[in-house]
Amino acid sequence: MIEKALKGSKKYWLWLGFCATLFGVGAGFYIDQLFNGLQITGMSRDVSWGFYLANFTFFVGVAASGVMLVLPYYLHDQKEFGKITILGEFLAVVACAMCITFVTIDLGRPDRLVNLFLHPTFNSILFFDIVVLSGYLLINIIVGWSILDAEHKGEKPRRFVKPLIYLSIPWAASIHTVTAFIYAGLAAKPFWLTAVMAPRFLATAFAAGPALLIIICLILRKYTDFDPGKIAIKKLSTIVTYAAIAGFFFLLCEFFTAFYSGGAEHTATWKYLLFGEGGSGLQPYMWGVLISTVIAIVLLVNPKTRYRDDTLVIACVLLFVSIWIDKGLLLVIPGFIPNPLHEFNQYFPTLKEAIITFGVWGLGFMVLTVLYKIAISVKMEVGDQDIEH
Amino acid sequence: MEVTRREFIKLAGLASAGAVVTASSGALLTGCSPLVGMEDESLNDTNMGMITIPSRCEEGCTGCIDACNKMHNVPKHDNKDHEIKWIWETEFPHAFTEYMENEILKERMEHVPFLVMCNHCSNPACVRVCPTQATFRRKDGMVLMDYHRCIGCRFCVAACPYGARSFNFKDPKKGLEDPVPNPNFPTRTKGVVEKCNFCSERDIHGSELPYCVEACANKKGGVEASALIFGDLDNPEFKERIEKIQKDEKLIPLRRKEIAGTQPKVYYLV
Amino acid sequence: MYDTSKIVIGIIVFLAVFTIPFWYSQVSGDADEMPEIVIAPEAGDQCVEDVDYMRAKHMDLLNTWRNDVVRGADREYESDAYPGVIYDKSLTDTCLGQCHTNKSEFCDQCHTYVNVEPGCWECHNIVGE
Repeated sequence: MIEKALKGSKKYWLWLGFCATLFGVGAGFYIDQLFNGLQITGMSRDVSWGFYLANFTFFVGVAASGVMLVLPYYLHDQKEFGKITILGEFLAVVACAMCITFVTIDLGRPDRLVNLFLHPTFNSILFFDIVVLSGYLLINIIVGWSILDAEHKGEKPRRFVKPLIYLSIPWAASIHTVTAFIYAGLAAKPFWLTAVMAPRFLATAFAAGPALLIIICLILRKYTDFDPGKIAIKKLSTIVTYAAIAGFFFLLCEFFTAFYSGGAEHTATWKYLLFGEGGSGLQPYMWGVLISTVIAIVLLVNPKTRYRDDTLVIACVLLFVSIWIDKGLLLVIPGFIPNPLHEFNQYFPTLKEAIITFGVWGLGFMVLTVLYKIAISVKMEVGDQDIEH
Repeated sequence: MEVTRREFIKLAGLASAGAVVTASSGALLTGCSPLVGMEDESLNDTNMGMITIPSRCEEGCTGCIDACNKMHNVPKHDNKDHEIKWIWETEFPHAFTEYMENEILKERMEHVPFLVMCNHCSNPACVRVCPTQATFRRKDGMVLMDYHRCIGCRFCVAACPYGARSFNFKDPKKGLEDPVPNPNFPTRTKGVVEKCNFCSERDIHGSELPYCVEACANKKGGVEASALIFGDLDNPEFKERIEKIQKDEKLIPLRRKEIAGTQPKVYYLV
Repeated sequence: MYDTSKIVIGIIVFLAVFTIPFWYSQVSGDADEMPEIVIAPEAGDQCVEDVDYMRAKHMDLLNTWRNDVVRGADREYESDAYPGVIYDKSLTDTCLGQCHTNKSEFCDQCHTYVNVEPGCWECHNIVGE
């Protein structure tokens, strides 16, 4: 099947070239980081996690959201998703790989990464996170590839695939839950110490991931002969709508607890984000996220705008970007502001840090494009014939 | 309702699987991190801690901090973001953030310097979160770091409620003269986390004291007048000594961020 | 579909590139001569263990020492080869400080020859040299 990735239009190669360039430049600056240490980033003694882990957190969500296609298709027999389930699985594969890359580039001593497995520590959430992420990556590669291969050959998928698919469903929830627990388990960080973290993570993930898939589907329909199906996109947009509302609801719950209780420490960070008390660096982003989330929800809730491609795309892009900023800049970073001694030190990613981050994006999109090229070529070859799983 | 044998076995299977999951997640939730035993087993029952008496501190004196920095090759970087700090001085409302709004206390403590450092907690969050056991708690109550093992994930930095941990954003040698101030103590590399080690390299269970305590005692002309007191918190003689100071000088013992549940072992007699 | 000849050529090229470290120095004549170990005059007749053991396992020994000292505060090493002799588990003080005061000749020569770069000296200082 792999040979299908080697034949493509000029646009295909140009896009791949663009992704490869992003990756190459990012890798170049990463070498700088290897030699000079993490001082090239905007991180500091006080804000000791930054853009890398923010992106990591976000993409764990994207990875987990693959389940939003797998679950309706395999458990509820929603046949419309038949053509695009593979897109969800491959998106999960790529997002997982990006997550592991983000964790690795965030390490001060990546050369000692293997210590994670030499000295496995069951009381560390980070250890669990790496384990579940690698597991999810593996499951999705095996499932996605063997189903596609079976379709390609016109056979039934191998017998071990089905149980793996069922396993992947709770596993998807687990990766994002464990990632939320990294943050929500620290008494030192009142801003993160909230039981609603994991549910909120899952809700926003199930909005952002399918939103990205809708955008991808519409792009594919426009630039290739592949048609994901109108009903599939319609159903996806319903999922996005519900998840976005749930995510927003959880955010409002946070506001309530923080402000109504009046608890000094928990409120401090929200005051910093919303009203700029202690520095206004992140304040515009916070309001930007709030406003664009509301606009996106309005566009999604109204069936007229939800079923129109142009307004749907606007809603999905707004949602994807605002959730990315929300989980990235507005969740990881403010946890460190103010610091444990109640001092306010600001953070913003440096240019080098951003280039390295987008290098990982480049790598991700490159692999994703290749995988999608293979998947779509197979789907087009097989045609619309229904294959029984 | 009748239960067939098959169903019963299924249920029993589910129940035992549930029990395993519950037990392991219980272990996870209590965050039980293993203690590392000492070669000298008699030390396993000790519980080393620090008593600081801020009112005895002289304004402007940095003897303890200087001694520590020198003996541990703590680098001095120009960029405040990349600072490495083992023991440093701050003001009362920053050391005790829970009293930030307490105007009476704040006023009384206005010019009193507060020394902050690693609290060598009995229930350390840093040890719980470390994915490689690079940071660990020894049975004598010291929370230590294995710089050979640290992968630099900075989970411990995030987990510490005291801001006591520093990450080497750059090569520490860039912030040290050459040769380093104390060649007998190793430096660290870029990319690892470091913190106060209660001078575990010294004979602190025997004849020696941590450098900061020693420096203070030397300056004050004896351990009795020192602003820093170090010892085994479970030792009856040590306890008596501290109680006597509390009584004589009318002081009460405070610990930082009790609410974090870490059981810190640096006391502030105020 | 099956281009046997191309595949065979591919495999040969791959193997040739893959095995570069094994034949490059032979072909280019760059192979260095094996260095001779220089024992400093300060060193006595015996190391903490016998020579063969040290030659093969000095890194294992140092790793064990490291874990003992850092994690268990266990500083005393009783030699297997010379029972009753106690050494302080210290790279800086015992190994380099008391015997092998010539790090560049004793340690570095061999490490350079086999192209390994132990990270020890990034942190552990060399007193004297």
